[in-house]
Amino acid sequence: MSHPSQAANFLKDEKRAHWHDETLWFVREKRDLASKNIPEWEELRNLASGIKNHVLSKLDVYLEELEEKATANGIKVHWAKDAKEHNEIVLSILKEKKCKAIVKSKSILTEECHLNPFLEQHGVEVVDTDLGERIVQFLNQPPSHIVLPAIHLKKGDISEIFHEKLHTQKGNEDPVYLTHAARQHLRDKFMAAKVAVTGVNFAIPETGEFVVCTNEGNADMGVHLADVHIACMGIEKIIPRRADLGIFLRLLARSATGQSITNYNSHFRSPAPGKEIHLILVDNGRTNQLAREKFKNSLKCIRCGACMNTCPIYRRSGGYSYGSTVPGPIGSILSPGIDVKKYSTLPFASTLCGSCSDVCPVKINIHEQLYEWRQEITKAQGWTAKGMSMKMANGIFKSPLAYKISGKLLRSTLKTLPNSVIYNPLNTWGKNRDLPAVPKESFKEWYQKNRS
Amino acid sequence: MEVALFIPCYIDQFYPHVGKATLELLEKLGCNVTYPMDQTCCGQPMANSGFERDTEGTTRQFLETFKGFDYIVAPSGSCVLHIKEHQPKMDDLSEVQKEVQSKIFELSEFLTDVLKVGTIKGSFPHRIGFHSSCHGQRGLRLSSSSELNETPFSKAMDLFAGIEDLEVVNLTRKDECCGFGGTFAVSEEALSVQMGKDRLSDHLEHQVEIICGGDTSCLMHLQGIAERTNKPVKFMHLAEILNQAIS
Repeated sequence: MSHPSQAANFLKDEKRAHWHDETLWFVREKRDLASKNIPEWEELRNLASGIKNHVLSKLDVYLEELEEKATANGIKVHWAKDAKEHNEIVLSILKEKKCKAIVKSKSILTEECHLNPFLEQHGVEVVDTDLGERIVQFLNQPPSHIVLPAIHLKKGDISEIFHEKLHTQKGNEDPVYLTHAARQHLRDKFMAAKVAVTGVNFAIPETGEFVVCTNEGNADMGVHLADVHIACMGIEKIIPRRADLGIFLRLLARSATGQSITNYNSHFRSPAPGKEIHLILVDNGRTNQLAREKFKNSLKCIRCGACMNTCPIYRRSGGYSYGSTVPGPIGSILSPGIDVKKYSTLPFASTLCGSCSDVCPVKINIHEQLYEWRQEITKAQGWTAKGMSMKMANGIFKSPLAYKISGKLLRSTLKTLPNSVIYNPLNTWGKNRDLPAVPKESFKEWYQKNRS
Repeated sequence: MEVALFIPCYIDQFYPHVGKATLELLEKLGCNVTYPMDQTCCGQPMANSGFERDTEGTTRQFLETFKGFDYIVAPSGSCVLHIKEHQPKMDDLSEVQKEVQSKIFELSEFLTDVLKVGTIKGSFPHRIGFHSSCHGQRGLRLSSSSELNETPFSKAMDLFAGIEDLEVVNLTRKDECCGFGGTFAVSEEALSVQMGKDRLSDHLEHQVEIICGGDTSCLMHLQGIAERTNKPVKFMHLAEILNQAIS
């Protein structure tokens, strides 16, 4: 998987790429308006960042407190060290309940664990109930964005998918009509499911409860109709107290979509009589990331997706170009921690413009971590031609004489080379850009002649 | 006040006129400017490619060349940011390194915060677009960032404020990256060019005569695309406009 080739592919349809860029920029602008409407925005970011830093500094203590309080509330708590354990825990609950069909609200963690294909292999039908997720599920695609899973698709695409899967009128692209069809379709699934799976946005050790945020109310619909609720969370989803929640809910909604509040922020503390709640705490590489001093604060992420909407690369290359469950800038600092080889091009898919760090509601220094991952990746790669050329460059730049000679050589070569060589397809700069005109003397030469 | 002029390597080789404009401007504003002849490069291209550890020789050369001046000034936000944040730690030169890192300034920052010139008085009768380079803007905080909830400011616009007949347009996306990004420009060529085209369109839609910026690297990328696609627009570094406006 190489980001540059995926990105080049995405950009082949220039019109569509432009539309994708504009669509996400629209979300970024909504976010700007919403965040600038509250004067205390930067203070909220500071608070959220501080709280999350604190949580990460004593995560073990908070997790045990969460387990204790949640258990006392009647929630069954499970620990999963990796994706495999997580999936097996879910399957074992389903087997115990003799459940062959589940509904699932949006959970990037279950995407990360590849829960859907695992359950399907074991004969369980999984229905994603978030509208965007249901759409990409019809296509057998993963989400291309963590908040807007089907943002890469246009109305016309969705109309075609629904015509095929839900037998809507061919060519009818009316959003109200299409949404209504999805609603009818999902109602039947909700009614039939005995088990509902959800993600977790925030877990609160103080009270032993957890909070799930959705705009469509689909998590609630699933959970209230089912006998069993399985909630899956990464171990970093902790905030210490219920009193801290307001800070995060205000930041999350505004950062994600520009809304002032998410439509449904539902608290789950104890199961209703006769029902069950299971909470699965998943590590899957998170403690490894926590142990990496330079990268641990990537675990502060609350999955708002703002860094994707603002990223000039993401907007023009699409979520799939990253080849990782979490795409975009945050994905590019999380994924190399999981597999440094597989995701080696991601930290280079950035100009280090820093927009991601400024937009981040919990102040993760994303672009600085991209820079740091580059240093780690080149070390892990060992000898490369690029590494050799960097060593040679250092050899030139550490010597004023070598620099002077090679600079002169470069300029005179560029002057004498025919354009067919300079603008050869093999010369990447020159494929779509002219080179600067070559001056007869460098600044240094001019200065020496005229000033010294 | 003795000011050392740092002219980044690509400006030295390809844009000597930007170096000259910076030198003349600083002199007009009363600085005693020296150009240390042994300077080469800051090491950024290697470090941003993931080889910071291989820039020790380059860094040593830089520190030895620029130690002992009152200030170091460069017409590049990007290279200054590199010196401040991404030089490898040099244990045997740690005092010099600390001194150099605290005394180096990007041009508009130096004029605003050290010389405190307020604004430049002069005339420049043109309609321009200003490209804020990301490293200058979000790295050195030379202007407010559209992501943050902060009072808008811009050191370049403050300098421009006293120049008669200079019109600076309001861009639709005022601080989006141009897509240069150093080696990104070749390693992600397709993306880099698309980002550059989009940035260029924003300026052209606002009928600018000149695209101005504080980092020649961004301008080189945008100019390369503009020339290839025959776009009728000129490119000037901030130092050139300020220097011409005064005279």
